[in-house]
Amino acid sequence: MANLKTSEKKTKAQSMGLHTEVLTGKTQQKFFNPDEAENFFYWGTYDVDFNKRIDLDVKDLDCKEANRKIDELMSQGYGTIVIKNPQGKHSLGVGILNKLNLIFEGSLGYFGVGSIDGPTVRINGRVGWSCAENMMAGKVVIEKNAGSCFGAAIRGGDLICKGSVGARTGIDQKGGTIIVGGDAGAFTGFMMQRGRIVILGDVGINLGDSMYDGTLYIGGKIGSFGSDAVESPMTKSDIDWLKRKLKVAEIGENYDVSKMTKVVSGKKLWNYDALEPTEKKGAI
Amino acid sequence: MCGIAGLIHRGKSSKVGHELQGMLQALKHRGEDSTGYALYGDTEGKNFIMRVKIGENVGEGSSSVAEDISVYDERKKVVESCLSEMGAKIIKADRVLPYSLRYEIEYNKDDLLNFSQKIESIEGVEILSMGKSLEVIKDLGNAKMVCDRYNLDKVVGTHAIGHARMATESGVDIKSAHPFWGYPFSDVSVVHNGQLTNYWNNRRILENKGMRFMSECDSELIAVYLAEKMRNGASLEEGMKDSLSGLDGVFTYFVATKDSLGMAKDTMAAKPLVLYESDDLVAMGSEEIAIRSLLPQEIDTYDPFDGEVKVWQI
Repeated sequence: MANLKTSEKKTKAQSMGLHTEVLTGKTQQKFFNPDEAENFFYWGTYDVDFNKRIDLDVKDLDCKEANRKIDELMSQGYGTIVIKNPQGKHSLGVGILNKLNLIFEGSLGYFGVGSIDGPTVRINGRVGWSCAENMMAGKVVIEKNAGSCFGAAIRGGDLICKGSVGARTGIDQKGGTIIVGGDAGAFTGFMMQRGRIVILGDVGINLGDSMYDGTLYIGGKIGSFGSDAVESPMTKSDIDWLKRKLKVAEIGENYDVSKMTKVVSGKKLWNYDALEPTEKKGAI
Repeated sequence: MCGIAGLIHRGKSSKVGHELQGMLQALKHRGEDSTGYALYGDTEGKNFIMRVKIGENVGEGSSSVAEDISVYDERKKVVESCLSEMGAKIIKADRVLPYSLRYEIEYNKDDLLNFSQKIESIEGVEILSMGKSLEVIKDLGNAKMVCDRYNLDKVVGTHAIGHARMATESGVDIKSAHPFWGYPFSDVSVVHNGQLTNYWNNRRILENKGMRFMSECDSELIAVYLAEKMRNGASLEEGMKDSLSGLDGVFTYFVATKDSLGMAKDTMAAKPLVLYESDDLVAMGSEEIAIRSLLPQEIDTYDPFDGEVKVWQI
């Protein structure tokens, strides 16, 4: 950690976001020196060339070995990696923090491509639970169905499933866009905080239950609305955004987005009142 | 956690023991306290096959109390004399392990409830399964260990369900292991992944109606619940649909009969299940890797939705 003696550097570091707050009972602020080049190094990222392509057969590798191999190939500059025979293995392609074309020729198990920041992923198969959990940026396209907790807690990027998804899609979503070509199960958008979810088919019960913010667009039937989820009128900007997004996602061609149902948070739950915790105690 | 797996071949038989072993072994990271198989083998359908436990596996990790092996010999003698008293003719008797017996019996009366009650009135004796096709084999350890111990690799049949258990609600012992027999119905078995929160309420009600519980494992409730529904004339599918509201908690379970296999998923869809369906095979498991042990090539699978019940025939 740099010892910054001048307040000028400290201010500069702060304005550039080069400081962290570590909460260990007592708030401590740590500052990085903005003049040191290594502070701009994003650990675990590589400069890759998209035209440099390689196939990787993971049939006889476990998930750790396969992920290490992907990392090794990226470090050698490969920008397009085709994974053969994933055969439903868990946690494949997680933690990729740079641009990359990653193609899976088959299906993934649980936690596939979780915690990624930047890659473009195409999965020519199905994914299990918690696909792309905590994704920060990038694009993930799944050609078949997905399991439950699809796109849990994503912060950004586009997550597209051309088939149907399980329950709790976009649970705790904090940004980005989830698009589903088929149906979705119960508790879609459960406790979502930001971002958008687009479901072209039907959804199950408790849609948008306890959502804080964000927007859901539903094309088919709705099993039931969750607590504090309410319908909102579609605006022209909603329609324009949906048309553009579906076109880019190459899904739902000629889909009449104007007939979709828009669902937002009613913001009537207790967590939206303006009371301080001490005031709440008195109110109870 | 726990993992469940099942498969049904339509219109043909296969080495279901070997196939289910592969599926359950792929799920061993979900729990290997115990593993159980319910295998529906090819039989002539004339005689009953009864799997009986006359003691517990007291090996490493077991929560059971060790007993003198001579007690098992005594219990075996009592079981056999009880069988002959009830008019059941023993065609074949195998003692697979000191505490595990397998009988092929000729029994023509239609009173399995009375029959089972008499056998189980012997101290330390539990019928693991009774049926003309079904055999329930369960023991401590992972799928491979149990399969090798009981020589299940060569069992040929049409369908099977199994369970890899991580003990959370009750002890590490055979009596709490899955599958559970749908006592006293011939050829009915159940495996479950999840937790049932109204176990004691339901247990009290069912015990008052004369149903029997052998363990304190919440999953046993599903087998007893379905058996009680069927005793009152409901079909298996009707009983399964009722269970979605009658049972509280999170669950995915499989139930199998002589010629069918069914699955039910709770209304919260909190427990995983992946399904593969084709014209000649249905395979399902808690994770896709279980199905991949059978079908390594690229296939189409899907997650059933919340509150879904499905039943397939052989």
